[in-house]
Amino acid sequence: MTERPPLQNQDRSEHIINALQQARDARNSVYIKGGGSKQHLIGRNCNGTILDISGHRGIVDYQPQELVITARAGTPLVDIIAALENEGQSLSFEPPLFSGIATLGGTLACNLSGPARPWSGSIRDMVLGVRLINGKCEQLNFGGKVIKNVAGYDVPRLQAGALGTLGVLCEVSLKVLPRANKTLTLCYDMSAQEAVQYMNQKAGQPKPLSGAFWLDGRVYMRLSGATSAVDSTVKQWGGEILASDETLWRQLREMTLPFFDDQGALWRFSVQSSAKVRHDFGTTLIDWCGAQRWVHGDHAGEVLQQAAAEAGGHVSLFRGGDRNAEVRAPLNSVEQVLQQRLKKSFDPDGILNPGRLYSWL
Amino acid sequence: MTLYSELPLLVVLPETVEQVQHVLRICHELNVPVVARGAGTGLSAGAMPHPEGILLCLSKLDQILDIDILARTARAQPGVSNLSISDAAAEHGLYYAPDPSSQIACTIGGNVSENSGGVHCLKYGLTVHNILSLEVLTVEGEKLTIGSMGLDSPGYDLMALLTGSEGLLGIITEVTVRLLPLPELAQVIMAGFNNVSTAGNAVGAIIAEGIIPAGLEMMDRLAIQAAEDFAQAGYPREAAAILLCEVDGTSEEVAQHTQKIARLFEQHGATSVTISRDETQRALLWKGRKAAFPAIGRISPDYYCMDGTIPRSQLSFVLNEIYRLSEQYALPVANVFHAGDGNLHPLIMFDASDSTAIHRAEEFGAKILELSVRVGGCITGEHGVGIEKLSQMTNQFTAQELLQLEDIKHAFDPALNLNPGKGIPILKRCQEYRALPARHQHD
Repeated sequence: MTERPPLQNQDRSEHIINALQQARDARNSVYIKGGGSKQHLIGRNCNGTILDISGHRGIVDYQPQELVITARAGTPLVDIIAALENEGQSLSFEPPLFSGIATLGGTLACNLSGPARPWSGSIRDMVLGVRLINGKCEQLNFGGKVIKNVAGYDVPRLQAGALGTLGVLCEVSLKVLPRANKTLTLCYDMSAQEAVQYMNQKAGQPKPLSGAFWLDGRVYMRLSGATSAVDSTVKQWGGEILASDETLWRQLREMTLPFFDDQGALWRFSVQSSAKVRHDFGTTLIDWCGAQRWVHGDHAGEVLQQAAAEAGGHVSLFRGGDRNAEVRAPLNSVEQVLQQRLKKSFDPDGILNPGRLYSWL
Repeated sequence: MTLYSELPLLVVLPETVEQVQHVLRICHELNVPVVARGAGTGLSAGAMPHPEGILLCLSKLDQILDIDILARTARAQPGVSNLSISDAAAEHGLYYAPDPSSQIACTIGGNVSENSGGVHCLKYGLTVHNILSLEVLTVEGEKLTIGSMGLDSPGYDLMALLTGSEGLLGIITEVTVRLLPLPELAQVIMAGFNNVSTAGNAVGAIIAEGIIPAGLEMMDRLAIQAAEDFAQAGYPREAAAILLCEVDGTSEEVAQHTQKIARLFEQHGATSVTISRDETQRALLWKGRKAAFPAIGRISPDYYCMDGTIPRSQLSFVLNEIYRLSEQYALPVANVFHAGDGNLHPLIMFDASDSTAIHRAEEFGAKILELSVRVGGCITGEHGVGIEKLSQMTNQFTAQELLQLEDIKHAFDPALNLNPGKGIPILKRCQEYRALPARHQHD
C-alpha cells in the first residue's frame, strides 16, 4: 500500500455526476470501480465504461464520542481504521482490507464483513447513512449520522450487497465501536460436525465470543472484550491458547490462508449456523460459527443450491468459474419482478453496473 | 395520540395466513386500501384505519411456531407479543434483545414494521439487527420469503427495506428472530444531577471511556417526579435529571464496569449514585422508566410524545431549547429518553378539550423535530412517521429524495393500497393519493 503515491483526499462528487450524466446521455452503462480489489470477485462480469471513484476519498467527519464516522466512498478502509485506532475505536464488522486497496464504498456495495460478523454485525448492520447518485444522476441523502433513524425507507442498508446497481455511493456514515481490551484464541481438535455443534453451543453462552471457525480438524474460538470477561471465560472453557493468533484471524479475514490458494471456483455457502456438515463437496472451511462455509471445485451450481437450500440458506460463486453465467442463487418469478422494479426505481435506464448482480438486473 | 382516530370500512380478523392472503387478493382486485394492525400500540398513528379501507388485524396470528435452541432463533407469527418471545426463550437461557417499553403488548409484526428499538439498542441494536427472515405477502397476495436462516441473502436486501416500512410495502405473516444468550449479570447504576447539561455531559464521558452500556437512559425533573409517584422506584425527587445506566456481561466484567461508571458519574458532578443491589432493585429502577409514559398520562389529560434523534453532543443544547419552547408555548414538557442513542422523547402535556392547546402542542412538537434535524439528527428514531410526522418529512428530505422513496413504494405497491396516507408524503403524480392525508387532518 506504500508502493504508489497516496492520492489526495478530495471531493469528486461533481466529476462523478458529470461522468454519469455523459454516460446517460450517450446511453452507455457504467461499471463503478473503487480500489478494484473485488473486480473479479462476488459479482458477474459487467461491461460498461469504467467510472473510477477511487479519487473521491477522505474522511469527512469523525466524532469519536458519537461513535460515528463519515467518509467518501473511495476512502481506503486502512485510512479509516488508522483514524479510528487513534481514538481506541474500530470497525466492528472486521472487513477484509485486500492489501490495503479495499474502499469503504466497495465494502458496503459487496456487504463484506469478517470473522466477527455473527457477534458484531455486518457493514449492513453498521451503516447509518449514505449519499448516493442514482441512475437519474440525482444526488440523494438517506439515513444520517445518528444511531436511530426510521424516517423513510432504509435506503442505506439496501445498498449493502447491491453491488452498486442502485446508485453510485458517494459518502457513507458508519457506527463504530470501542476496540476490545483483550483478545485471545482457544483451539481444540475435533471433526467438522463436532465443531458446528460445539461452536453453536458455546455461542449460546453469555461469553465474549468474537470468532469461531473450523479448518483441517481444528476449531478456533476467539474471545474479545473486557480483560476480566476474557480471562474468566478462558478459565471456564479451558483448551489450548493459540500463540500469535492475530495472524491467523487476519489470514482468515483477508482470505490468504493456504486453503484459499486454489484459484479455481470458490463457492460461499451462507446457511443456518447449526446446519449439518456435508462431506460431498470436498474440503470445507467453516466460519461465522457455521453460518459461512467455503468450498472449492467445479461443482454443478444446482447441486450446491439444493444443498444450501436444505441448510436454510443459499450459495454463491464467490471467485473463479464462469462469471458470465449467474453467480448467485436463483430467485423465483415473484422475487425477480420485485427486484427488477426496485432496480428501475433507482436506475430507470439500467446504466449502473448492469448484470453485475444478476443477468436480468 | 388521541387526536388521530378514524373508523375503517371493515375490520377483518384472520386466523390463518391463507385467510390473510385471501383478503389481500380480494382487496387487490377491488382496489381497496389495506391497513395492517398488530396491537395498536404505535405512537405515530401508523395503524390508524382508513375510512375507505380494510383494517387487517393480525392479532389472532399469535403462535410461536418454533424455537431452535442450537441455532438460537425463534419463528413467530406476527401477532405474538414482543415479551412472550423472550419469555418462551428464557428456559433455554436465551432472549430477544429489542425491548420497546410497550413490550408486554406490542407485537413482533408491528416491531418489524416500525423497526422498534427499546432501552437496549445502543449495545444490541434495533429490530433490523435482530431478525433473520420474514414471510411477507405482497399487495397482490403473493407469498415471499425474505432473508434466510443464514446471515445474508442473494439479491437486494428486501429485509432492510421492509423493516421500518410501516406496512407500506407488504404484510408480514411470519418473523424469524435471532435470540441472544441471557447475560450472566446485569446491574443498573442510577445517578442524580442538579442540571440536565451536567447529566448530558456525563453520557458522553461514559462513551469516551470505551464502555458501551446495555442501556443508558435519562429522565428530567417532571418525568422523575411523575414516574416516582407512579412506581416508587426510589428516584431522587430533588434531582433535575437522572441517568439510568445498565451494564451487563460476565460477573467480573459487570463488577469492573459498575465501579468505573459510578466513579465517572461522581467525577462528572452527580449529586447521588445508586448501584442496584439485586435483581429486585434493578427491576424496580427500570419499572419507573418503563412506566414513565403512563405516569405522565396520569398527571396530564393528554400528552404528545416526540421521537427525534440528535447527536449526543447536542443533548444539553437541545434540552435547554426544549425548555425555552415549553415556556414560549406555555405547555409543560417532560423528557424521558434513550440518552445513549441520542433518541429524545419529549412528552408535551396539554388538554385536548382546549383546541388552542392542541395547536400549540403540535407546533411545539414540530419545532422540536425541526431542531433535531438542524443539529444533525432526524425526526424519528423509533416511533415511525405514520401520519403524525408526515409534514416534517420535508424537513429531513429534499423533493428528489421523497420522490425516490415514493418510487420504492411504487415498486412494491403500484396502486398505493397498502396503508395509504402514511409514512411517505406523496408529492405529486397521484392526486387522489395526495388528497388522503389532508382528509385525515383533524381540525
